[in-house]
Amino acid sequence: MSVIPDASVQPTAPGTGAAAPAPTSRRSVLLRRGLPVLALVLVLAAMPLFVAPFTANTLSRILIFALFAVSLDLLVGITGLPSLGHAAYFGIGAYTAGLVSIHWTSEAPVPVLLAAAAGAVAAVGTGWLAVRSGGVYFLMLTLAIGELTHQLATRLSSVTGGSNGLFGIPSVRVAGEPLTLAGLVYWYVLVFALLGFLGLWLVAHSPFGGALRGIRDNEPRMRSLGYSPFRYKFAAFVIAGGFAGLAGGLFAGLLRIVNPSDAGFTTSALLLLAVVLGGAGTLWGPILGAAVVVLVRDTFGPQLDGHGPLLLGVVFAVAVYVLPRGFAGLAGLLTRRQRGGAA
Amino acid sequence: MTEPLLSLAGVGRSFGALKAVDDVSLDVPVGARHALIGPNGAGKSTLFKLITGALSASSGTIALAGSDITRLAEHQRARRGISQTLQHSSLFLTQSVVQNVLLAAQRQHGSRRSLVPRRQAAARDRARALLADVGLEHRADVPVAALSHGERRQVEVAVALACAPRLLLLDEPAAGMSPAESARLVGLLKSLPESVTLVIVEHDLDVVFALAGSVTVLHLGRVLLTGSPDEVRGSSAVQEAYLGTGRGSLFLDDGGSSRLEVS
Repeated sequence: MSVIPDASVQPTAPGTGAAAPAPTSRRSVLLRRGLPVLALVLVLAAMPLFVAPFTANTLSRILIFALFAVSLDLLVGITGLPSLGHAAYFGIGAYTAGLVSIHWTSEAPVPVLLAAAAGAVAAVGTGWLAVRSGGVYFLMLTLAIGELTHQLATRLSSVTGGSNGLFGIPSVRVAGEPLTLAGLVYWYVLVFALLGFLGLWLVAHSPFGGALRGIRDNEPRMRSLGYSPFRYKFAAFVIAGGFAGLAGGLFAGLLRIVNPSDAGFTTSALLLLAVVLGGAGTLWGPILGAAVVVLVRDTFGPQLDGHGPLLLGVVFAVAVYVLPRGFAGLAGLLTRRQRGGAA
Repeated sequence: MTEPLLSLAGVGRSFGALKAVDDVSLDVPVGARHALIGPNGAGKSTLFKLITGALSASSGTIALAGSDITRLAEHQRARRGISQTLQHSSLFLTQSVVQNVLLAAQRQHGSRRSLVPRRQAAARDRARALLADVGLEHRADVPVAALSHGERRQVEVAVALACAPRLLLLDEPAAGMSPAESARLVGLLKSLPESVTLVIVEHDLDVVFALAGSVTVLHLGRVLLTGSPDEVRGSSAVQEAYLGTGRGSLFLDDGGSSRLEVS
């Protein structure tokens, strides 16, 4: 394959000059963005020292749902594939982790890693079909995949416990010691959730992630640049499935019960709600979206005589009206105003 | 004689009863600067799409450097070294200029699977250098959506070159450019090494005659003439096709060299 030698296309002094100062500016950007993240991680890590066990438990659930939401954002926001069945891989991960813990070992990190693997394997089988379609057909196919998984979880009652759920999952063990305190379980969840966020962030900001955004924006052009959109979408689907499975594995370890509805449509829809609410394509927006969804449904919901979903609906309708690009869009408005003030 | 880089044999494409491209045979040798001209609707853009694989040919064979690529998918042809700019800008609008070029460059620099941003340095430098070549280095970090039409055309050229093509198809690259921009473009295209073969569709005949070593004239989907720029300039058939004296005879149906088929 012939490659144009750089020098033959007009000797480019300005080109090399422009490239040289880039690393230093990139380092300062890294510092400016890295420090707040580091501070946030420290605050999150210190949480169990200050809050009640119930709050730590809620925070754990938020972290898990946030990781799950970010994995869906890789599909919805980065690749442009809105899935209505993403809970299938979450559920498969949760059942896998639960079954592994019951029948084999609950020693970390075995259950969660196997859960991630199971999510990815399930996504390999189903995604191969799903990503061949687009638009409404993709929605319908993923919806069907989610419902099939839900049905399987209900029917295979000898394995999954059927509609009673898979219960009696032993608590997670670290170096042989079971984690019984809510604070310790929170730290366990935090470590894996952060690793998951880091993994998804790296994928989204790698050249591979760039190609996914290219496919989202202009698929025909990507084809003419020599990319096979099918392969990239398929890979993204498998990666998203794997991280959803990881979130499911953490979920099984936290609640120690898995229900068929965790793999069903309601979970998928809530998750999509979290992604849209937070701002698809930003990765950090869906984390906030997930926090709102979990808080409204689990914390404020019970105080409203079971009208949690109603409140969630109202929040969603208002958010779509006021913040069409989610919470992330709000941040965009703020920085633009700052820049406007400086100029 | 050495093997032509691009070889079309009896290539045709019909849309229902309309033959947009009809029995086109054409050989483009390695290193050629070949122009494709013809009035609107002559089938130039369709022919480009048949070569790149965006459309599949209804008949005939297309070969690149001796191997048949008629049945290959578009992205496979691109990997064999066919690159293009499109008549209507087709870029990634929400992304920055340099990101657009990077998407094309990263495929060449083997960094596509790297998760570590620093590993992309080679592709990044290449993208910046290409932007300097087309005169857009100062706009590198601006989203493409904010660029003028002429600037977008320049980005298109940088993206096409970033693929390190053997065969570069340019569909009206100078359309909508200012005279200064189009002069710069001609300079850039002239400076491309022999390893890049150019096929260019262009309405601006100054650009065509400044660049092309050979010209093919298409009319109503058929090859009217292939020859040197001087031959084409002197041809009465070409003048008829462009100026429309042939048009009248079409509707009179007096059996001219070109036919219009209506079912």
